Amino acid sequence: MTLATFTVTDTYYLVLAAMIFTIGAVGVLTRRNVIVMFMCVELMLNAVNLSFVAFAHALNDITGQVIVFFVLVVAAAEVAVGLAIIVAIFRRRRHATADDLQALKG
Amino acid sequence: MTAFLFFVAAGAALAGALGVVLARNPVHSALFLVLTLVSVAVLFLLRDAELVAAVQVIVYASAIVVLFLFVIMLLGVDREESMEDRIPYQRPAAIGLGVILLAELVFLACHEWATGQKTTSGVPLQGDGFGNNVERVARVLFTDFLWAFEITAVLLVIAVVGAVVLARRSGQRADGRIDDAETDEVTT
Repeated sequence: MTLATFTVTDTYYLVLAAMIFTIGAVGVLTRRNVIVMFMCVELMLNAVNLSFVAFAHALNDITGQVIVFFVLVVAAAEVAVGLAIIVAIFRRRRHATADDLQALKG
Repeated sequence: MTAFLFFVAAGAALAGALGVVLARNPVHSALFLVLTLVSVAVLFLLRDAELVAAVQVIVYASAIVVLFLFVIMLLGVDREESMEDRIPYQRPAAIGLGVILLAELVFLACHEWATGQKTTSGVPLQGDGFGNNVERVARVLFTDFLWAFEITAVLLVIAVVGAVVLARRSGQRADGRIDDAETDEVTT
C-alpha cells in the first residue's frame, strides 16, 4: 500500500489528539514557568478541538464544529484572566514560577 | 495527497507540541505553539472544517499567541528557568503518568463507541440543502445553541472586566494618578 492510496481514517486524528493532549499534560506537570504552563493548557484545549472536529466528520454532524467555537471563547477568556493574574503576581514577586506561588498555601 | 498532508501536518503538530514543553526560553515555546496551532488548522481543513480552521489561525495563532508574547516581553521573563525541581521525583512521576494517560486515550480512540444517538440539530457535515460550511455552522449556532451563544457574550464581558481589575495597580485611581501610600514595588 503506497501513500497515494492510503486513507486516513478518523482514528488517526483521535490518536494524534491523544498524543498532543498527553504532551500538554506532561508539560503542565513538569514545567515551572507559569506562562509556559498556560501554553501547555492551550495545547490540551487544541487537542480536544481536534477530536471534536474528527468526531464531527465521523458522525457527519456539524455540531462538533460548533462546540469548537465555544471552546475557543473559553480559552480566550481563560488566557485573558490568567495572564492578568500572572502580571499581578509578577508585580509583587518579580518571578513567575509556580514555586513562588506557595504563599497561597493555607 | 491527503494522507501525505495529514502526516506532514501531524508531524509538525507533534514537533511543535514537544518544542513547547522542551524549550527553555518562553519565547521559543510561544513560537513552537504557533507551529502546532497552524498545523492543527491544516488538520481542520482536511476534516472539512473550513470556518474553524480560519478562526483557529485568526484567533489562536495570532491573537492569543501575540498576547502571550506581549506578556513575556512586558514581564521580561524570557530568561531560562532553572530546571531542578523542588520535589525530586516530580519529573519521572509526571512522565509515568503521561504514559499511562496516553495508553488510556489511545485505547479509547482505537475502539468502537456507543454513539448512535443523533444530535438535535440534524444538520449534516456534508449533503444537500444546507449550503456551505459557514452556513451550516451559522444555522446550528444561531438556532440550537443561541442561548449558549448569548451566555458566551456574558463570559467575555466578565473576563475583560476581571482582567482589567486584576492588572490594575492597587491604589491607582480612576484618573490615572497613583496614591502615594502604596506603590507595590516596595513589597517583597
